[in-house]
Amino acid sequence: MLDQFGPPVLPPGLEPLRADVRAFLADWGSAYPAEKRALSWMGFDADFSRALGAKGWLGLSIPREYGGHDASPFERFVVNEELLAAGAPVTAHWIADRQSAPLLLRHGTEAQKQRYLPAICAGEMYFCIGMSEPGSGSDLASVRTKADRQTDGSWLLNGRKVWTTNADRCQAMIALVRTDPASERHAGLSQILVDLTLPGVMIRPIKDLSGHEHFNEVTFDDVRLGADALIGVEGDGWAQATSELAFERSGPERFLSAMTLFRCLVGAVGPAPDARQAVEIGRLVAWLISLRSMSISVTAQLASGQDPVWAASCVKDLGTGYEQETVEVAMRLIDSLPPGAQATTTRRVLAIVQSMAPSFSLRGGTREILRGILARGLGVR
Amino acid sequence: MRTLLQQSIERLLADAVTPDVLRAAEAGVWPADLWGKIEELGLPLAAVPEDLGGAGASWTDIFVVVRACGAAAAPAPLPEAILANSLLAAAGLEPPESGAIVFAAGTADAPLPEVPWGRHAKWLALHDTRTGRIALHALAEARIVLDNNVAGEPRDTITLAPGSLVADAATSAATDAVMLGGAMLRSAQMAGALGRLTEISAEYANERVQFGRPIGKFQAVQQQLAVLATQAAAAVAASEAAFLMATPNTEALTTASAKAVSGEAAGKGASIAHAVFGAIGFTHEHSLHFLTRRLWAWRAEYGSDAYWAEQLGRTIAARGDEGLWPLVTAAFAETKTDD
Repeated sequence: MLDQFGPPVLPPGLEPLRADVRAFLADWGSAYPAEKRALSWMGFDADFSRALGAKGWLGLSIPREYGGHDASPFERFVVNEELLAAGAPVTAHWIADRQSAPLLLRHGTEAQKQRYLPAICAGEMYFCIGMSEPGSGSDLASVRTKADRQTDGSWLLNGRKVWTTNADRCQAMIALVRTDPASERHAGLSQILVDLTLPGVMIRPIKDLSGHEHFNEVTFDDVRLGADALIGVEGDGWAQATSELAFERSGPERFLSAMTLFRCLVGAVGPAPDARQAVEIGRLVAWLISLRSMSISVTAQLASGQDPVWAASCVKDLGTGYEQETVEVAMRLIDSLPPGAQATTTRRVLAIVQSMAPSFSLRGGTREILRGILARGLGVR
Repeated sequence: MRTLLQQSIERLLADAVTPDVLRAAEAGVWPADLWGKIEELGLPLAAVPEDLGGAGASWTDIFVVVRACGAAAAPAPLPEAILANSLLAAAGLEPPESGAIVFAAGTADAPLPEVPWGRHAKWLALHDTRTGRIALHALAEARIVLDNNVAGEPRDTITLAPGSLVADAATSAATDAVMLGGAMLRSAQMAGALGRLTEISAEYANERVQFGRPIGKFQAVQQQLAVLATQAAAAVAASEAAFLMATPNTEALTTASAKAVSGEAAGKGASIAHAVFGAIGFTHEHSLHFLTRRLWAWRAEYGSDAYWAEQLGRTIAARGDEGLWPLVTAAFAETKTDD
């Protein structure tokens, strides 16, 4: 399984793109405070997403005929790591760009591609993912939300999704639902596209412990969907949904969520750290460089057509642990910071990131589920 | 070349490094047979340019050799010889054709502590900390005080004899080239050992039966094995990055990161492997300790994880918060293709 980490090679020619993104972020960010950057990829700003779309930095790996840019996964990697390192508010388009667009490209009909991909690439259309339900968390295969095929080919959707990030601010959801009422577990599931403005869709924001309302409960009460709502093959929903996991689990968002806190900490410690401060900061840098190397390695595997799901799960487990460790390091150093504005800002940012940190190892598959996958990959089951 | 090197070294070590050979080496016996085969394949000269008699392999190619040495707990200074010869070659000196060669930093007139495999080596590449030059010394007449690391590998104190100098030359190598080079080697050896630990721990968890089923059926054990695997993966990726960026010389930021991460991973990984193997793994008779004691030893050599973390921390702090991210991306920027 360790063979899934090939040489972490970033191809040449990416530095002009990186410089462009940095220049754009420098112009944009001068008035954007650290307390907002601290939200990382949970910060919502539709204007910002549209600006990225106008720059051509969304849908990078989508073909030009659908509004994309035919770029390599490495270009996408560079753009995204720069956005995340700066704490830019990317959540509006994040899921659509990362998951929904590649899914539609792979499994969607021509009409679905024509309809949704250009809007995603422009930063104007946002998606959420309907996975968890009140009775289905880690045990995702137990989902009960059902779409019943009607005689005219349309679908009748009933059920409830929960913890759906940004459902209240997205136009569409791609939901994993049961389309064969007699089925159990992984069989009989399909992916279905739900227009969230339709009658019968009720969205209730859920306030999280930090006071933010990122996630939602979405209830479907006899929602009527067209025959064209199905994505891909009926009954293949589980395989389709899990086939994108390597993309979801290995990206820079799995180790850069606490980057604003780390940056504040470095600034607040100042140019002449004592030994303890230097060791703590240096350790975070060592892991950051190494996690980035792992993420590049997985990106290279994906670019060459491999499906390194094991390695991707590895990156997510280590990366989210690293993000949470950043909070621990900040806590250990907080009383040693020289007094001043930077120390004050670091305290505020620490409070924000600390409140978000438990979710780092829950979202996108819990740590314990990931480790089960990793153990199975080792031949232990 | 990488695949070829990997196949030949792994085949060689699989045949030649048995528990008996390891025990004998620990008792002070030089594995002459193993070293003879290593020289037959030209491996000590792998990183030396072709015009100086080597194979001209890149450090990316060399990585798989050093990692394999770690995985097999190879009781011979092949990683050391590769680095020693490359230090000589980088200064334009021709490496010796045969005989084990190791490296040290210091001066020719003072004892050189903890020289790996010193008692068995014929040659020493000395990075002179006073003059900054690289010198090739013969060790035939050297005074040697024996010592071992926690894994029982020779780490001797060497005092060079008058007239031992064979050749020397100016070098462009960094002042801490030996420390960095040693750290790079040890990080890859730890990555190899951790990979092997992961394999044998998973195998054992599937075999060992308690409470009527293999212990690998228990989630507590599965979760531990997963952590071991992630630590091994981190060490592999971190050390591979260091080798990738070491063209032609070791690169400070990725090397420091590799040693810091691999060292921490070694501590966690060895601990988990011992938990999985239980009491049998704590015996001298079992071969687990050939890997775990080496992980402990290598973690400490050429700078512990805390040592390198502190260096990194000072570098980063001096750049400030605005310099942090650019430094991280520059540490691992566009890759050179040298195949």
